[in-house]
Amino acid sequence: MLAGGQSLVPLLNFRLARPAHIVDINRVTGLDRIYDRDGGVAVQALARQAAVEDSDLVERVCPLLGAAVRLVAHRVIRNRGTVCGSLAHADPASELPAVLLALGGHVVARSNRGERVISADALFHGVMETALAPDELLVEAWFPAFSKPFAVIEESRRHGDFALAGVVRAADRLALFGVAPTPVLADPRDPTRGLRPSGDLEASPEFRLHLVRVLTEKAFAA
Amino acid sequence: MRVNGAVHPPPVDPRRLLSDHLRHDLGLTGTHVGCEHGVCGCCTVLLDGAPVRSCLMLAVQAEGHDVTTIEGLAADGAPLHPVQQAFHECHGLQCGFCTPGFVMSVVGLLEQYPNPTAEQVDEGISGNLCRCTGYASIRRAVHRAAELSNE
Repeated sequence: MLAGGQSLVPLLNFRLARPAHIVDINRVTGLDRIYDRDGGVAVQALARQAAVEDSDLVERVCPLLGAAVRLVAHRVIRNRGTVCGSLAHADPASELPAVLLALGGHVVARSNRGERVISADALFHGVMETALAPDELLVEAWFPAFSKPFAVIEESRRHGDFALAGVVRAADRLALFGVAPTPVLADPRDPTRGLRPSGDLEASPEFRLHLVRVLTEKAFAA
Repeated sequence: MRVNGAVHPPPVDPRRLLSDHLRHDLGLTGTHVGCEHGVCGCCTVLLDGAPVRSCLMLAVQAEGHDVTTIEGLAADGAPLHPVQQAFHECHGLQCGFCTPGFVMSVVGLLEQYPNPTAEQVDEGISGNLCRCTGYASIRRAVHRAAELSNE
């Protein structure tokens, strides 16, 4: 499924994904709205991250979403990339899945079998694995209204790069990203409990745990 | 698709990246290809006026849209585009490999912020890599480009 393509096309370029078919949804009309729904903000499948970043509605109803989107790559990437695409792609180091989880939002999936709502805590199954069926399109993400206090903080080697670790705070709820196969909710008083992050060239598991503790402290000091 | 104002037929192969289509099929080699996964910014072009990575789009996706490459900013013999002029004046380039991407990104940045703050400039060029200049002269060039554009 090709929307913004800012994650899928690199995978194609690297030959890490070799799909037999690609469905480009970019010419589907009426699928790019950002609108007020059920006291929150709904973001449709073709709404670009840059449009969410510039949205007055998002700023008013759910400024945490706006703040998080600004951490996604760079503006030039956000001109194409979509919020729904980030959620469906479910990269463990991605900000937006953690935001959806921290806020307790949901997504709407549609197929020719009908439409269903999948809550954030049931959406993410593993590294780039979601509850979406192969014939389902994530048509909309819904973020509940939320004003303060919030924080979204991450540490990465370079600006706009994948986060080594990151935290999303929404009042007393805390979601972590980059430290488990999926975004996870954590106890702010003991954020690393049960965590077993992986290590790679950029960060050891111990360093990631350290980052979680430091970033959590920062997020709750704000 | 329209490229620099001229209408072109779509590429034959739907697998073709927009960056490869511009360079190999249309001969517009001003669009450079560095990393081919969206990190270096060299291949940045304008799609309907907004900067995008041409290596992260299939060429067929540009059908029905307007693409502007570095070649389309100023006609041969015409005065340079203000962003090009500013990079020239401020030595915003050395080897020049990254320059087309920087220029296209900055055109988009000044569209968004006609008088960008130092912070907005840094944020705006953060998606483009330059291995020569150390960025100081590029920052100056962006501010100069804003001046020239507002004149």
